[in-house]
Amino acid sequence: MAHAEAHADEHHYTATGIDNKKLAIWTFIGSECMFFASLIGVYLTYKGRDVSGPKPHAEWLDKAGVLQEQMLEIPLVTFGTALLLFSSFFVVLALNGAQRGNRKQLIGWLVATIFCGVFFVGMQVYEFSHFAHRGMGYTTNLFASTFYTLTGFHGTHVTLGLLWLISVLVVALRGKLPPEKALNLEMAALYWHFVDVVWIVIFPVVYLIR
Amino acid sequence: MATDALHAEHSHPGWQTYLKVAVVLFALTALEVWAYEIVHRHQPAALASLLEPVVVEVLLILSAFKFALVAMFYMHLKMDGKLLTAIFSFSLLLAAVIVVALMVVMHYLWSHAPTVNPLK
Repeated sequence: MAHAEAHADEHHYTATGIDNKKLAIWTFIGSECMFFASLIGVYLTYKGRDVSGPKPHAEWLDKAGVLQEQMLEIPLVTFGTALLLFSSFFVVLALNGAQRGNRKQLIGWLVATIFCGVFFVGMQVYEFSHFAHRGMGYTTNLFASTFYTLTGFHGTHVTLGLLWLISVLVVALRGKLPPEKALNLEMAALYWHFVDVVWIVIFPVVYLIR
Repeated sequence: MATDALHAEHSHPGWQTYLKVAVVLFALTALEVWAYEIVHRHQPAALASLLEPVVVEVLLILSAFKFALVAMFYMHLKMDGKLLTAIFSFSLLLAAVIVVALMVVMHYLWSHAPTVNPLK
């Protein structure tokens, strides 16, 4: 009873019965859906309209007339996708630990989530630098511009999500994340799941659909 | 009302449910890549010719299923208030309208008004 009262004190419920922080993060996620929709829409609009290489899914001739392989590397990105999916699983386990007051479970799974996120961003940095090395700059062609814009904005969101999760981890390590304050992790986790669902759409649209 | 929301927060599923969802998500991703590889490599040829005309639809359906699983279970929309589901669903509807509108408008411009074609 005392726990429920303390819990209620930590939360600020709106007239809807939903905590205002939770309502805010969901409204923000809603606006982010439209932001990524516009980027995906632009990518799809220009898909296949390049007049010169590099090509995402087919061989192409470079300026010297040398035949080059397709740009996208599916095995590497599949590995990154799996990491992001697992990180979503790990962060719900961390939240479960936070809600039950299990500090060991909270910190362990949160660290695992952050590791997966760091590897995903590392994968994207490697992919971008590899493409640049193969001569694909931001303005090389329509595919390059739309690809870098879409996946670059997603990578930025993943990086921001990582910073958020790291800040929650620091709070948890200092012992200042009791079950009554688990909502602070839940908000970060919701944002993390959002970047995951955006990637669930980007992965087939950009990498698998030719 | 606040008590209802409190109850909803504590009725999140256990790790077993989360693990089942993770396994399904992993399996669906493997299925997506498998479908891509069959069509891309054209092997086995019989399966590739069957899959090729519908591979885009298959990939989009698998993706939508994964999206729904994460939203319902990991983002707790299945357990939390219906208002949150309404906010997210409305945003997704608007997002879909944005994508379709962009593609239709640009397609119309390119096919009916070649003088404003930015690629020419």
